[in-house]
Amino acid sequence: MPDFGGEPEAFRVEAREWLAENFPPSMKNVDLAMTVDAPTGDAKLWKERMGAKGWGTPTWPKVYGGGGLTPAEARMLQQEMARIGARNPIGGMGVMMFGPTLLEYGSEEQKQRHIPPIVRGEIRWCQGYSEPGAGSDLAALQTKAEDKGDHFLVNGQKVWTSGAQYADWCFCLVRTDPNHKHEGISFVLFDMKTPGIEVRPIKLINGYSPFCETFLTDVKVPKENLVGPLNGGWTIGKRLLQHERNSLSGGGGSAGRFAAGKPLDQLAKEYVGVDEEGRVADPDLRTRIIRHQMETKAFMLTLMRAAAESKGNQGPSNATSIMKNAGSKVGQDRAELAVEIMGSQGLGWEGPGFEAAELEQVRNWLGGKATTIYGGSAEIQNNIIAKRILGLLDHQ
Amino acid sequence: MAVLNEEQTMLRDSARDWVREKAPVGAFRRMRDTAAPLGYDPAAFAEMAQMGWAGVVIPEAFGGSEFGYLSLGLVLEEMGRTLVASPLIASSLAAASALVMGGSETQKSEWLPKIAMGEAVATLAVDEGPRHDPLRTALKAEKTGAGYKLTGAKTFVLEGMAADLFIVAARTSGQPGEAKGITLFLVPADAKGLSREQRHLADSRGYAALNLDEVELGSNAVLGEADNGADLLEKTLDRARVGLAAEMLGMSVQAFETTLDYLKTRVQFGQTIGSFQALQHRAAKMFTELELTRSCVEAALTAIDNDAADTPQAVALAKAAAGDTLHLVSREMVQMHGGIGMTDAHDAGLYMKRARALEATYGSTAWHRDRWGRMAGY
Repeated sequence: MPDFGGEPEAFRVEAREWLAENFPPSMKNVDLAMTVDAPTGDAKLWKERMGAKGWGTPTWPKVYGGGGLTPAEARMLQQEMARIGARNPIGGMGVMMFGPTLLEYGSEEQKQRHIPPIVRGEIRWCQGYSEPGAGSDLAALQTKAEDKGDHFLVNGQKVWTSGAQYADWCFCLVRTDPNHKHEGISFVLFDMKTPGIEVRPIKLINGYSPFCETFLTDVKVPKENLVGPLNGGWTIGKRLLQHERNSLSGGGGSAGRFAAGKPLDQLAKEYVGVDEEGRVADPDLRTRIIRHQMETKAFMLTLMRAAAESKGNQGPSNATSIMKNAGSKVGQDRAELAVEIMGSQGLGWEGPGFEAAELEQVRNWLGGKATTIYGGSAEIQNNIIAKRILGLLDHQ
Repeated sequence: MAVLNEEQTMLRDSARDWVREKAPVGAFRRMRDTAAPLGYDPAAFAEMAQMGWAGVVIPEAFGGSEFGYLSLGLVLEEMGRTLVASPLIASSLAAASALVMGGSETQKSEWLPKIAMGEAVATLAVDEGPRHDPLRTALKAEKTGAGYKLTGAKTFVLEGMAADLFIVAARTSGQPGEAKGITLFLVPADAKGLSREQRHLADSRGYAALNLDEVELGSNAVLGEADNGADLLEKTLDRARVGLAAEMLGMSVQAFETTLDYLKTRVQFGQTIGSFQALQHRAAKMFTELELTRSCVEAALTAIDNDAADTPQAVALAKAAAGDTLHLVSREMVQMHGGIGMTDAHDAGLYMKRARALEATYGSTAWHRDRWGRMAGY
């Protein structure tokens, strides 16, 4: 542990003491970051304390309410929290994607206004990116923002707006110049209560509605809500996508979430049974479980290596480019294996005869299919690897 | 495509036309969304029966057409294309086969004409756990003065909510895991002591869990030979499995064609996405798998029609190949459609859910691979 000098260890003591005093034990292993309803009781207390301390966004600058910690200190805080089962109650798109982007590209006024409520977990953000005709080809977006002097008048339709039905604000890519594809896009912010916004939840194949269609009709967006230069939104939008992909591929991201539950070998022993030597009885299934577990191990090792390399100041590791595809594959494979292991019992949709964990598994399996589509599909990720990392050209 | 005779061509074409007109995927969706209590539309099944599809493997003497298994497979493939829910596999194929192969004249006369007309629904009650394993049958059948007394449970019984007759695998002797001692019984759904409860699976069909509490049956309820029912059960299951494989083939073909249409029409980056080689090659791979799978399914159906010695192996190959191919195609259907493929309003998810349910029924892909290997002496 080369960079553990005297001072960082002092921080560990500070973090431990603060947590001992401020973490309500009833919140052990409770994940508040993605909850929709306003927290009450201990949950409210925990969220307020972390928000006020700025430790929900530990490395963000103190001047905007963040924790102002160094990466080393933030890791220590994370370790101390993990030690006692404390989950970060501050989360969502504001923390994972929009905040870091605004800190980089926003004006001083915009940062003063929007960052502190994210730090305190008060404002929920949603993402107005994809459109029916602009999915993988995001820059083909058509939602139009006309210059009306003191404001933009926005018209169009967004789709896959995560959590739009619960969101307070939206960060949105709009077309401000129809004659230039990438250089005609701007990055704007608007309050979801602005007149002219209609949100319709989309039901997915797992029965849930985490995404919406968002219709924008003559929505007035004040000029002060333009982030970065006019027609300069593509660069900012792409930067935000990098934050999104990082959050989707990490152990705590979607890949990790869909991989929750019992270890597969244990599951298989329960549902399939064991042979005389105590191994999973179905040899074909057993082999595929082993292969999957080994791939998962390789993915976790790569996460650790990439973290170590970027920490060692060598800049972002090449390995980060593979994380989203590798992570989503691990998650999807796991879910399919779990469903297969449980047989018909793993396909329960509702009603009697199924454990809660079984019903959840089938929904996770179906929901996890989105991980290779959203945040840049697997195909787009492979294009990025081929072009940017490997230097392969489009056919000329 | 197998070389079809005139009857078979007519049968396939009439099934194709009927599906197109009367049973597009939207019909299945309506059935699902109205939570039809049986897990299929009885009026639609009555139409199928009127066209003779419920009697395709039943002898003419008992009201069927005896066109054979390849013929019924053609119908099932067309049904699979648009996810038609019906008791064709459970009743008209599986239960009918068991009765034809193992039934006494009295048993056949009582049930086959009704099954052929679609007036009665019969089904197998085999599995007692979430994973298919017929030899593990434990449901107890005790000898009484007049016959037998059955006590135990069955689960994931296909069309179990609609069935008028259950063909129950029970144990008259021996231990779970042994073939010897398994006996098949005909148990009417209204038998005293029998109760059923629906099991809602992701594919929205009418599965049931059965409970048998001292169900009293006469000796004439035994189908085939007491203690020696395992062979008849296995032959019956193989006929059901190849029917499942035919449905899976039909689903795969449709899922592929729908996806191919999308590749040809969806525009991104100023061109149809089907112009990208990365996607072209994946489509070509799916096409290849479909062709291989069709050969396996048709060979297994033909093996049954010819009573070939290698039928069990042919069936294991067909079910395993159809399982792998359907998973590949239904996964790609979602992925290649992108976000729209994740929505409940799109058909892709319906194929994906049904694919898993069919795989789990009467032996998974892994189970059939292992079975194939053992039969081949590996």
